[in-house]
Order: sequence, then structure tokens, then C-alpha cells
Amino acid sequence: MQPKISIQGVYYTYGDGTEALRNVSFDVLPHEVFVLFGPARSGKTTLLRLLNRLSDLTDDATLRGVITFNGASISGRSVDVFDLRRRISMVFAVPTPLPGSIRFNLTYGLQMAGMRDRRVLAERVEQSLQQAALWDEVKDRLDSSAMALSGGQKQRLCLARSLALEPEVILLDNPTSGLDPLSTNMVEEMLHDLSQRYTIIMVPHSVQQAARVADRAAFMLDGELIEVAKGERLFLHPQDQRTEDYITGRFG
Amino acid sequence: MTTAPTTPPDSRSRRRGEAAIELLIWLAGVSAIAIVALIFFFLLREGINTFLDIPLRQLFGVRWYPIEDQFGLMPLLVGTFLVTIGAVVIAVPLGVVAAIYLGEIAPLWLREILKPLIEILAGIPSIVLGFLGWVALAPIIQNLGAPTGLTAFTGSLLLAYMSLPTIISISEDALYAVPKEYRDGSLAIGATQWQTIWRVVLPAARSGLVIAVMLGIGRVIGETMAVLMVTGNAANIPNFGLSMFFSPVRTMTATIAAEMGEVAQGSLHYSVLFGIGLILFLITFTVNWLATRLVGVEGARRQRGGRL
Repeated sequence: MQPKISIQGVYYTYGDGTEALRNVSFDVLPHEVFVLFGPARSGKTTLLRLLNRLSDLTDDATLRGVITFNGASISGRSVDVFDLRRRISMVFAVPTPLPGSIRFNLTYGLQMAGMRDRRVLAERVEQSLQQAALWDEVKDRLDSSAMALSGGQKQRLCLARSLALEPEVILLDNPTSGLDPLSTNMVEEMLHDLSQRYTIIMVPHSVQQAARVADRAAFMLDGELIEVAKGERLFLHPQDQRTEDYITGRFG
Repeated sequence: MTTAPTTPPDSRSRRRGEAAIELLIWLAGVSAIAIVALIFFFLLREGINTFLDIPLRQLFGVRWYPIEDQFGLMPLLVGTFLVTIGAVVIAVPLGVVAAIYLGEIAPLWLREILKPLIEILAGIPSIVLGFLGWVALAPIIQNLGAPTGLTAFTGSLLLAYMSLPTIISISEDALYAVPKEYRDGSLAIGATQWQTIWRVVLPAARSGLVIAVMLGIGRVIGETMAVLMVTGNAANIPNFGLSMFFSPVRTMTATIAAEMGEVAQGSLHYSVLFGIGLILFLITFTVNWLATRLVGVEGARRQRGGRL
């Protein structure tokens, strides 16, 4: 099976010489929930931001190695980076809706992509909210401010905002940080349904969460990839001592 | 162990110290308000005769001939209006766009050169700019076909230039205050940088931008010496049309500056000049009030979640 995303020998170095990623290689398969976990500052978020080239915004850093999406490199000038970001969409750790109504948040990306058809827009609004399990809570107040939503609702709105674009890959950077257990549970349960339609790459909140949601998982430490394996195998029988130390809580 | 245990100050003396500080802060606050109030009452006392002794119809008439006791303020109001509108139309788009460039687009090293330069621009004495306008700008305007180089437009250009640093730096602060997450959120779903600026950053910064514009207008309305030098000092109303901007005018501020030295204290002319000051005071007060109201309504609407 062709990998959805393939990362081969990637080094990422900031202008001051700090190496954020060192020789990272792995593949992400279609329709899996792929979990990237590890202690803080191990390069997980940096890697996510490389995948849809949000890293372009960081001046003065160099990337070596190859990242492909559906077999084609995402680097280089000929790639339409805005189209790439619509197909590989990112949800951030701190859910920040755009200032405006709920509807505005959901239609914005589509409108910026040139979608004008009101019927399609309305369809996508409902469909994405349904998928993010938010529709029932907000269907009567689509035109009220997104800022007034609760933390968990904001997070699901930010997810819906990405889903509205019907992307192929969703990057989730710690999507349950700051959520209560109930909302966390809601988001986690959503992931497997979503993986029927999308490929999901996620940085989890904790090792426990990683173990709960991962089809496959990768352990990262200090910018290096230590181990990649199927979820059960990695969390029950880690091959590397460092992985075992981390998931058994000896550090991190 | 070198620090001796500090004895808690006697609670009565502490309370007294607290009271003294509170009094000081209260005095500072009240004196600021009191001084503004005193200025207003002074203006009112000196200028009130304007509105009592001259019938309103004459006061808002079109003839300003103080020597013949004709105190029609209309030419001065029109002059101020023309110069201000011209300056705002030039300075606001230029200033906001410059702020967008500085805050959102320019690379860091360029920003670090440009920002101090703009602040230096703010420090140029207005009389120097007036001189520059008179010697350099006016001949250019005249060559463009205006009957004289000393016109409302010349004043507008100079004032626009003068208010630019205010507008740019406050607009840039407003843009800077927009959370980075808004930009990331917009870019992460495929919007371009320009779409992000236009649809997300500018609306989010709107209240700050309104303040920037209002402060710019305040600077323009109150400016005196430069306009006195370059607007031609003709207290008459130009014929209606776009050519108005290319006619010599005289602003309210320039009138006070030019005539204050020659009037007898206590005369009607003297009190009319103060009356003009009073009107200027009311105009700037209204502009500021409008600004806070606009910003207030804006803020409230965002809370309720109307479309931006």
C-alpha cells in the first residue's frame, strides 16, 4: 500500500544551530490513527508543522530530507502550499476560533479556496459539525460568536473547521489539552470514526491517551525517532529501553 | 544568615502611609481632570462673548473681516474641514498599509531599520516641515497647475505626513496585539497571507485601528504652524468642487496664531479668537468621544458575535 505521507531522513535545523529533528524517517498509512508521542521539546509539533508547511513561516531554518504526500514531494516552489494545507489540515493545541460567528469559522477556509455556492457551504457546515459531534449543541446559534463557546466546544469547532475542507490528512496537535475528561473522551471516540474517511496524525496529551487511540505509534526523543510500531506492540512490548522507560513513567 | 528578621511596621503607621499614598494618587488623578476643566472654563470665560454678542447668523456667516467687525466663521470652518479631510484621505490608507507592511510582511531586519526611522519622523518639529512645505512642496503644487502653491491640498499633504508616524505606530501596535493563533488558524486551513490579513487580522485589530485614525485626526486638526505657512491664509470660501482643495484657505488654528498678537485684550475680536479655540476644543472632544463610542460598540458587537 502506498503510504499517505512518507518522511525520509529528515533533519530540521534552526538558524541558531539547534537541531529540532535528526534523521527522522517513517511512513503514515491511509486511514490510520498515527500517534507521535514523547516528552516536551522532542520535535513532535515541529514535525507536524513541517507536514503542511506551516513551518514556512519560521524564518531562518533549514530542512534536509524528503517528505512526500501521496508519493509527491511537498517541498519546492512548484507545490501549491495553500492547496496542500487544505488537504493536510492542522488543529492546534490551544483551540482558537477565528474572531467571528460559528458559521464564519466553518465557511472561511472554503470561501478562501474560492467556494461561492451557498448550498454547498451550508451542507459542509452541517456535515463538518456533525462529524465533530458539535451539531446538536450549536445548530440553533450558528450566527453567534464562536468566542462564547466552551473550551471543549471550541476544540471541536476547530476540528470541524478543518473537516469542512474535506482534507485527506488531519494533523492534531494535542487536541485535548485543557479539556475536561468528558470532552476528552468525546474527542477520542471521534478519532476512529474520522479515520474511516481521513488519515490522522496526532500528538497526544499523555502516554495513556496515545495507547488508547493509536493504530500505530512513534516514540520521539530529543528530535530523534526512537521506535515505530503498531499500538499494542509499542505500548506492551517496546523494543527500545528508552521507550520502555518513558511509557512506564521512569522519566518524562 | 545575614538578613535580620524584618519587624512588621506598626499597623497604625502603615495605615497612615497607605492613606497618604492613596491621597497622592487621588490628587494626581483629580488634578489631571481639574486642569482640563480649568482650561475649558478659561476658554469659556474669554470666548463666551463671541456667542452672546454676535448673532448666530452672523457668526456662521461667510465674511471674516475682523477690522470691520465681521466675524463670520464659515471660511475658517471650511478651511479646517478641507485641510483635515484631505490629510485624512491621504494619511489613513497610507498609514494603515504601511503598518500592515511593517507588522505582517517586512522581514525582521528591515522592520528594525524602519521603525526607528518612523519614530524620528514623529520628532521633526512641525515648523521645519512647514518650512519644507513652503520652499519645496508649494512650487511643485503650483507647477501642477494650481493658481498658487499655497493651498488646502499643500496643507493636507504636510499634515498627512505629520500624522503618519502616529497612525503607523498605533496601527502597528493594534496589529501586533492580534493573537498569533488567529493567523496560524487561518493559514492552517489554506488561506493565503493576504486573505489572512484582510479577513482575519484587520477585522480583529479594528478597534485599535479606529483609535489610530482618531488620534491622527486629532493631530491634524490641532496642528497650527505648518498650515499657517502653507495654506495661503485666505479667509474665504473657495467655489464648490474638487478645485476647492487647490485654493488658498485658512484654518481655525492658523487664524488664532496669526491674529492673537494684534488684538486688544478684552475686545470683541479677542473674544472671538477664544471662541474659535472653544469650537476647536469641542471638535476634538467630539472626535475622541466618537472614537471611544465606536470602539465600545465594536467591542460589544464582537462579544455578542456579529459578523466581522
